[in-house]
Amino acid sequence: MVMEPGIKLSAAQLSVGFNTNRAITYLFKDVNVSLKAGQLVCLMGPNGVGKSSLIRTLAGLQKPLAGTVVYSFHGPTAVPKNISVVLTNRIHASMMAEELIAYGRYPYVSWNVSLTREDRNQIERAIDRTEIRHLAHRQISELSDGQMQLVMIARALAQDTPIILLDEPTAHLDLNNRVHIMRLLRNLCREMNKAILVSTHELDLALQTADLIWLSGKDKNILTGVPEDLVLNGLFDEIFQFKGFDLKTGRIAHEADRKVNVVLTGSGHEYLWTRNALERAGFTVDTAQSQAGQVHVEVTYEESKPRWVLKKENRLFTLSSIAELIEVI
Amino acid sequence: MLKMALKTTFSWFVLISLLLFLFLADLSLGSVPIPIGTIIKILTLRADIDPVLRDIVLEFRLTKAITCVLAGGGLAIAGLQMQTLFRNPLAGPDVLGLSAGASLAVSLIFMSNATGLVIFTKDAPWAVALAASTGSAIVFSIMYVVARRLQDNASLLIVGLMVGAATSSIVSVLQYLSKAEELQVYVFWTFGSIGGLNWAEIKVLMFILIGGTGIALVTIKSLNAWLLGDQYAQSLGINIKGSRLRILLSTSILTGGITAFCGPIAFVGLAVPHLAKLLVRTTNHKVLIPAVVLGGASLLLFCDVLAQLPRDYVLPINAITAMIGAPVVIWVILRKRFVNP
Repeated sequence: MVMEPGIKLSAAQLSVGFNTNRAITYLFKDVNVSLKAGQLVCLMGPNGVGKSSLIRTLAGLQKPLAGTVVYSFHGPTAVPKNISVVLTNRIHASMMAEELIAYGRYPYVSWNVSLTREDRNQIERAIDRTEIRHLAHRQISELSDGQMQLVMIARALAQDTPIILLDEPTAHLDLNNRVHIMRLLRNLCREMNKAILVSTHELDLALQTADLIWLSGKDKNILTGVPEDLVLNGLFDEIFQFKGFDLKTGRIAHEADRKVNVVLTGSGHEYLWTRNALERAGFTVDTAQSQAGQVHVEVTYEESKPRWVLKKENRLFTLSSIAELIEVI
Repeated sequence: MLKMALKTTFSWFVLISLLLFLFLADLSLGSVPIPIGTIIKILTLRADIDPVLRDIVLEFRLTKAITCVLAGGGLAIAGLQMQTLFRNPLAGPDVLGLSAGASLAVSLIFMSNATGLVIFTKDAPWAVALAASTGSAIVFSIMYVVARRLQDNASLLIVGLMVGAATSSIVSVLQYLSKAEELQVYVFWTFGSIGGLNWAEIKVLMFILIGGTGIALVTIKSLNAWLLGDQYAQSLGINIKGSRLRILLSTSILTGGITAFCGPIAFVGLAVPHLAKLLVRTTNHKVLIPAVVLGGASLLLFCDVLAQLPRDYVLPINAITAMIGAPVVIWVILRKRFVNP
């Protein structure tokens, strides 16, 4: 089958789901998507929509209900050398991180599992790329969730495949780890020309790192598009049904329950974060200085430290932190 | 890395020395204690030894010791594969119901009067061994068919346990209906016996061990990959169904063959993998398989040495293996509790 150059994996009329004795449940129906080399794709959708099943089907671990998945490589034995996965399954075994990463070379080793120099090189390269040299000799049972995810990604890297599929690799991780992993994946796409698919429901990171979004959750189909387009044409809003969150501005809606208008002047980061604090506290923030009897706050600097000058009922306060400001207002 | 390499060499040294020591100890202890120096002279076929002593060692004790090595090693490999496949530290070679199948077949021989059938007479030389292997083979066929149709291993394990329970219940009925003498013969068989094999039988047992171990060796990659779970294993190119059947075949050959000649020997297959992992500290089956062979052989030799401690009679081997094995199992559970709360 001749595919366009650069396309590594292509799903044609793919239906994914499961088949029990009583009924067939379709999670996705007649999906047509493809993965291109050098592209980081984020598969997004609400929980339970079937992202894990789709990934397993694309990886060849689960049979599709209908349709086909076509690869740019040939033969069933070529799959492990061309697709690696990072799933949500936990590994319950006692071994060192390095041993777990070495498993990535299994498609290349013979029955007696002896590693060649090339195998060892790949393992070392994977460890360096994920920057987990200091974890290599630790027992995996002692690693934190974030560290374990990095080890699993290193394992997938050691497998040296042009396609990597990851199922919620950043779930349960703290911000630092999440950012680190997404940036790592994006760099792998760019530098090693891999085709990487990440399923996630973390909008913030996806919007800033993905080249393409596969959006699921509507009519068992997948809509594809560049992140910004999907934001602007409202498709994210439709699928995720945001309540109290405006995607275009990225801000949570606040109820102005304090019924006080604050006129805020200033500039830079301090201005933005002061505004954030005031709105969170329930004030309405304005920049127009029209009505009298309002509260005015000006963000200024004194010896390069921020100060807040509060004018309220003709009294002037100078405060040195936002906490004080909110208290006095 | 050097430290680890030294540790590995040291572990092998310990295992091999232990085996040699226990082998010689097993040959020298018994109703007639023979000093080790004499043993070595006999083994090196020196001419100037009392022929009675030579006979004792070469005709009786040597066959017993070799049986210990073969049976212990074989059961340990079977147990290791079962623990890896089912990812259950309490699995042993009997979880598939193979020993139970063998027991049923043997009980039909010994207690056949109760059923009104006489299938074999127990005097036919290979009758017991043949019956036991047939019983195991039938259970194996059932498990093979089930394994081909079932997706997950937990279900396979349960089916194996239930098949074992079902066959044991039939044996109970036979026991209930039998006369005292027949019952006693059968019960003695269940105690396990590693003595009394002649050289021809040892040859067959050796082939069984080589066959079963050979299959296990070519399955090393799959056994290792099973530790990650079947989805990851599959993504690494392991043939899930094929390797599961191969593991089944190897376990059946080893367990069935050993049970046929020695009766059902308990606990060795269950305890040795844990003990070996303590020493070699790895989950790589390339290292574990030889380690459990040495460990299993040593353990069974040790149990045999203990069984001969009372001068006037020999204790049944299954009693000793249980006495050693049960504390090991308890320790495994307690250790798990501490490590994974």
